[in-house]
Amino acid sequence: MSSVNQKWYQSEDVPVPKQARKTAKPQKLRASLVPGTVLILLAGRFRGKRVVYLKNLEDNTLLVSGPFKINGVPLRRVNARYVIATSTKVSIDSVDVSKFNVEYFAREKSSKGKKSEQEFFDESNTKKEIKAERVSDQKQVDGALLNEIKKTPLLKQYLSASFSLKSGDRPHLLKF
Amino acid sequence: MSSTVKAAHWRFVEVGRIVLVNNKDLGTIVEIIDQKRALIDGPKVQRQAISLNKVVLTPHKISLPRGSRTATVLKKFESSDVASKWEASSWAKKLATKERRRELSDFDRFKVMVLKKQRRYNLKKAVKSA
Repeated sequence: MSSVNQKWYQSEDVPVPKQARKTAKPQKLRASLVPGTVLILLAGRFRGKRVVYLKNLEDNTLLVSGPFKINGVPLRRVNARYVIATSTKVSIDSVDVSKFNVEYFAREKSSKGKKSEQEFFDESNTKKEIKAERVSDQKQVDGALLNEIKKTPLLKQYLSASFSLKSGDRPHLLKF
Repeated sequence: MSSTVKAAHWRFVEVGRIVLVNNKDLGTIVEIIDQKRALIDGPKVQRQAISLNKVVLTPHKISLPRGSRTATVLKKFESSDVASKWEASSWAKKLATKERRRELSDFDRFKVMVLKKQRRYNLKKAVKSA
């Protein structure tokens, strides 16, 4: 209640927000998800791509990189549920991922001002510029990753190929 | 009209017959319990009464006294070299390949695909030049 000295009762019950007594714990990932694992993405625009898992972030997502140079998947957050972990591992000791967190991937706030009619129908410059910082970060991570990937023959080709079920494949019996 | 009687060539359920259990492990029949069940024993299978439906008879046989105990069975199994004979058979080899294929990881499957492509390419090249 806001004040103690209220001299009147509210005519109707005011809903009081329920107090949460529990705090959300960070998600417990399955044992196969270890940084450096090659993952197969199952959903979203990059579904079927094989990517390298770098780190898990505070918002219960996984930070992955294609690497972009190999298969076009940028540094990106993905849901751990929509991913198959394979038994293939890439050493990521040389990759520095300390700067990546939830804020890094936060969407930029666009100014809420009303667009003029002309701006609204303007279709010429709809392409979003990619920030230089993102590009350089991607290059830095990819460089270190590529060095590791090159050490294993065919691994580069493996990552650039996308996964799909072929006829006769029984996904529940496949070992990844 | 004369006819000759020949002995049957099929594999008998008999004491000493080597059988395949679970399509994986070898055992030998130690005793026949009834029409449908036998007592089996072997290095990789527990001594047990098993339905003959769950077992496949192999062409191999060892000489074994009826109702031998596990130690005797193992000794005879070892000395008869059945295991190596089994390994050499094409049946066992097929099973082994199947098992190996099943165990392949995603990356291994990719490597197999690449090797197959190479083989195909070389074959086609050879055919063309011939």
